[in-house]
Amino acid sequence: MLKDIGKNMNNFKQNLLKKRYNAERRFQWYGKIAIGLALSFLAVFMFQIFSKGYSAFQKTWIVTEVHYDKELLLIDAENPSKDDLENADYYDVAYKAMTSLDPGLPEEEDRQLIQMVSYKYETEVKDLLLKNPDFLGKIVPIKLTASDDVDQVHKGNYPRDIPEKNRRVNDYQLQIYDMLNERGDILSEFNISFFTSPDSREAELAGIASSFMGTVFSILVCLAFSFPVAVLAAIYLEEFAPKNKFTDFIEVNINNLAAVPSIVFGLLGLGVLLAVFNLPRSTPLVGGITLSLMTLPTIIIAARASLKAVPPSIREAALAMGASNMQTTMHHTVPLSMPGTLSGTIIGLAQALGETAPLILIGMVAFVNTIPGTPVDPAASLPVQIYIWSESAERGFVEKVSACIMVLLAFLILMNLAAQIVRHKFEKKWS
Amino acid sequence: MSKIKAENVNVYYGSKQALFDVSIDIAEKEVTALIGPSGCGKSTFLRCLNRMNDVIEICRVEGSIKMDNLELNSRKLDVVRLRENVGMVFQKPNPFPKTIYENVAYGPTIHGIAQSKEEMDQIVETSLKKAALWNEVKDRLDEIGTGLSGGQQQRLCIARAISVSPEVILMDEPCSALDPIATAQIEELIDDLKKEVTIVIVTHSMSQAARVSQKTGFFHLGKLIEFGPTDKIFKNPDNQQTQDYITGRFG
Amino acid sequence: MNLILVTFIVLLAFTSYYFGRKKALVIQSSQRLTALPKFYGYYLAAWCAAPALIIFILWSVFEPSIVKTFILQDYTDQNLTKNELQLIYTKVKALALGNYSGNITNFLDASADKYIQLKGIANSAKVAIILAILIFSLSYAYRSVQKNDRMREPVEIFLKWVLFVASLGAVLVTIGIIFSLLFEAIRFFQAVKFFDFIFGTHWYPAKTFVRDGQPDPELMKDAFGAVPLFAGTFFIAFIAMCVAIPIGLLSGIYLSEYAGRGVRKYAKPIIEILAGIPTVVYGFFAALTVGPFVKEIGNAMGLEVSAESALAAGAVMGVMIIPFISSLSDDVITAVPQNLRDGSYAMGATKSETVKKVIFPAALPGIVGSILLAVSRAVGETMIVVMASGLAANLTMNPLESTSTITAQIVVILIGDQQFGDPKTQSAFALGISLFIVTLFLNVIALSVVKRYREKYE
Repeated sequence: MLKDIGKNMNNFKQNLLKKRYNAERRFQWYGKIAIGLALSFLAVFMFQIFSKGYSAFQKTWIVTEVHYDKELLLIDAENPSKDDLENADYYDVAYKAMTSLDPGLPEEEDRQLIQMVSYKYETEVKDLLLKNPDFLGKIVPIKLTASDDVDQVHKGNYPRDIPEKNRRVNDYQLQIYDMLNERGDILSEFNISFFTSPDSREAELAGIASSFMGTVFSILVCLAFSFPVAVLAAIYLEEFAPKNKFTDFIEVNINNLAAVPSIVFGLLGLGVLLAVFNLPRSTPLVGGITLSLMTLPTIIIAARASLKAVPPSIREAALAMGASNMQTTMHHTVPLSMPGTLSGTIIGLAQALGETAPLILIGMVAFVNTIPGTPVDPAASLPVQIYIWSESAERGFVEKVSACIMVLLAFLILMNLAAQIVRHKFEKKWS
Repeated sequence: MSKIKAENVNVYYGSKQALFDVSIDIAEKEVTALIGPSGCGKSTFLRCLNRMNDVIEICRVEGSIKMDNLELNSRKLDVVRLRENVGMVFQKPNPFPKTIYENVAYGPTIHGIAQSKEEMDQIVETSLKKAALWNEVKDRLDEIGTGLSGGQQQRLCIARAISVSPEVILMDEPCSALDPIATAQIEELIDDLKKEVTIVIVTHSMSQAARVSQKTGFFHLGKLIEFGPTDKIFKNPDNQQTQDYITGRFG
Repeated sequence: MNLILVTFIVLLAFTSYYFGRKKALVIQSSQRLTALPKFYGYYLAAWCAAPALIIFILWSVFEPSIVKTFILQDYTDQNLTKNELQLIYTKVKALALGNYSGNITNFLDASADKYIQLKGIANSAKVAIILAILIFSLSYAYRSVQKNDRMREPVEIFLKWVLFVASLGAVLVTIGIIFSLLFEAIRFFQAVKFFDFIFGTHWYPAKTFVRDGQPDPELMKDAFGAVPLFAGTFFIAFIAMCVAIPIGLLSGIYLSEYAGRGVRKYAKPIIEILAGIPTVVYGFFAALTVGPFVKEIGNAMGLEVSAESALAAGAVMGVMIIPFISSLSDDVITAVPQNLRDGSYAMGATKSETVKKVIFPAALPGIVGSILLAVSRAVGETMIVVMASGLAANLTMNPLESTSTITAQIVVILIGDQQFGDPKTQSAFALGISLFIVTLFLNVIALSVVKRYREKYE
């Protein structure tokens, strides 16, 4: 008889079996909990970034009226030319536009009103007239960028019920804000300037244009330097290198280089590119070269893997037709391996895109309030911008950082998607 | 006396059918050999007997397999208990990457068979002796099992299988990876074991089937073509296909 | 100037390609070609571009230092230090390029004139030499083409050399790393004793150690003890591993042994997203959310917690590392041969018994290797620590206090303007080389362990 497989088991065995099955269930739960934790970290993380950052895509404006008074503008000419408008004095006009919000306010308290808009409000007043010269002498409504404190109050990110002395917006300003808000003179619009403005010390004016361009230039430089060298190196190692100590050495070298901390590449950039070659500091050129050194091993490894995946039968067929080794490689193996190489390259670039530390070391952390036009202009990059803003104490920067992170993540997702598409669309499946 | 009785067993891998209506009666304390060309379903059938097919996700088994009147092909059956009673030896020796002692002690440990260290030592020694390996390894029980020669590894796997004193041992081409001397040792071992255990062996080698088994079943294309006493199958088969296979006309 | 020269060389190379091919077609009419016509073009083009470009690069690399030596020759009798000489040279260069705004002395003016003169000579010499080489190599190559020598082989050998040189790129980068680190580090160790650095327990590079205009070794002795940084680095890495190993390993095991195909297909890439998020983003998250959260919980329990705690940085770093461990251990566990699993199941073992007693021990070397790689990653991580764990190098084992790491200190020291020649700047390179050695050590061990493991089951 099959011994005690059914009910006639002894007590000890029955207990043991129960314990074993409990252990089994427990172990499965550990695994599920671990995966659950990992996934929930990601969820919490994404939620935090999105809930903090989405409001940065809205910009708050304060609407008021401006009187383009010729006398106050100090314009004498009857028919002022563009130059005259350009050189006019807008200080008083702009000042009046703000103080007109509460004419009863004593003059020495005016600053409280002025502080409710960005310090560039004078320029905004000027720009409106330059765009519409016929406004001269008229009273017209104007949108002024709200200061970041008012902006945060409007977005509900700023607590109103704490004692006045701990607040950056005082009771009087809140009162004015409430009045304007009731009148519908506080506007919320899509924040185009976040994408078109360079960095600024003022949160309400700061944008990602300069760091975005810095990132684009760095990545292009990185691609230009790392891709050709990496692909050629991979071809040599996979197709031509003799099996000897030196080849082994190169291979070990590449594998180890891939695991060197990124900050060491920053030191390399600083010690060699800046100090020895005297390349211009803080520029995407140096940043891109530094990143390319870091990306090099990643691309070599990817390119070798996809060269290796090309079946030997293809090579044998070409060789049997009398093609030389070089012709076989260049005409058959390399083109067939390209999809894998390209997708590996894109992934390597995506990694480089998120790097911060090496770029800080080569000075791409400098404050740049112009948009770079070439790779040799000083610039920041998106991750460095995140670092710079997150070091800033102003509340308005928190949402900017989160929004910048969203842009960076979107960039990364796009690149990874591109890599996937390249791989799946063009890769041949060998069976 | 019948130990295992299979009726109308059909096995599918996804949509592909691997076994067709196999019915067979396996007698207790005998060696039953299953022969046939590769891919004929003999291993698949063997793996039904201790539900090893459960491991393969897409595999589906239909029909009835009864062991001592207990239905094996049932959801309710506890496979852990079943496998304690039905051991298995695989084609390629697969000792765990642990010491020889731990390899043999693995089964008794998880099933709580030994209550004390002495008892465990006893079980290990007996199992190794039964597997005719004791003399070769008694001085190096704490060496890693994968360091042994192929034949020794396979005998270690047999020792591991008999350590929980199963009633049935399934062998899936146990000698296909071994040299002739090791093969002879294993065959001798099978002969000894059948005094206590029912053995079902899948083999590629017809001479091995003839040497070790009392009953032989011939599988072809997922069907059990003929089943009977080994002598009869080899000397005077009823079926033409069996005849052709035995005489080496195909396979 | 340089741009024009390079463009000229490249254009000439293209022209010679077409010329070579045309020549081949002419030869074809009278005798049999030794290779396809385009190889004649390649041959000429390679001979045209390669020697000229090599000379051009060598010239550009060495010219500045030669010019510098010539200029500074005039100052050798003034007994100046290296730094002062460097300063003078910078001034001379700025003056010569017309963007100098300081005091102009006669001496400086003369040097600037000399600089301009030298540059002019160098430039014309460069052009002359490169033109000569172009003429020489092209005429040599053209004669070979005319003689209808073998054309394919030399081109292929040349290409092979190009490939080989490219593969040296990685080696060059390593050499570059080692030299740039060593060069500054050695100068650092001239000022600070090696043993003071690796055994000293105080790290205050911000304090001044200049007395009477000269760096004072006595003051420096106490400022550059790296023990707090080494300890902090491994402490934070340890906290990170405490988070990452259990979660990563268990999810790796679950994914490879338990999860159905559906779960595996989606859960695995989603977890891997965690590794793709830039570290600066983690740093922001740690500083803004996790840090205050840890502080709040600690305060609620009556503990003294700093807002920038090692715990916050370590925990977030651990989350970042989870996918490294889960993916690598998933791969390693999947590589364990199925017949070991079968052997265990056939003995009546449950899945978890099989995992714990058979698969895990078999996969252990591979898992250890992947954990070492993860540790190396944690040790080299920079931004999370910079942003979330403070910058003061406390020697502490309390996870609720703030500590600093090697990487974070490198950033602190080098952010903003650096002065080469300053011991503070040099100390960053000394830290860099210690970091490089530690991670290299971890990687070499990890890679060889994993490699041996792979070979075992292949």
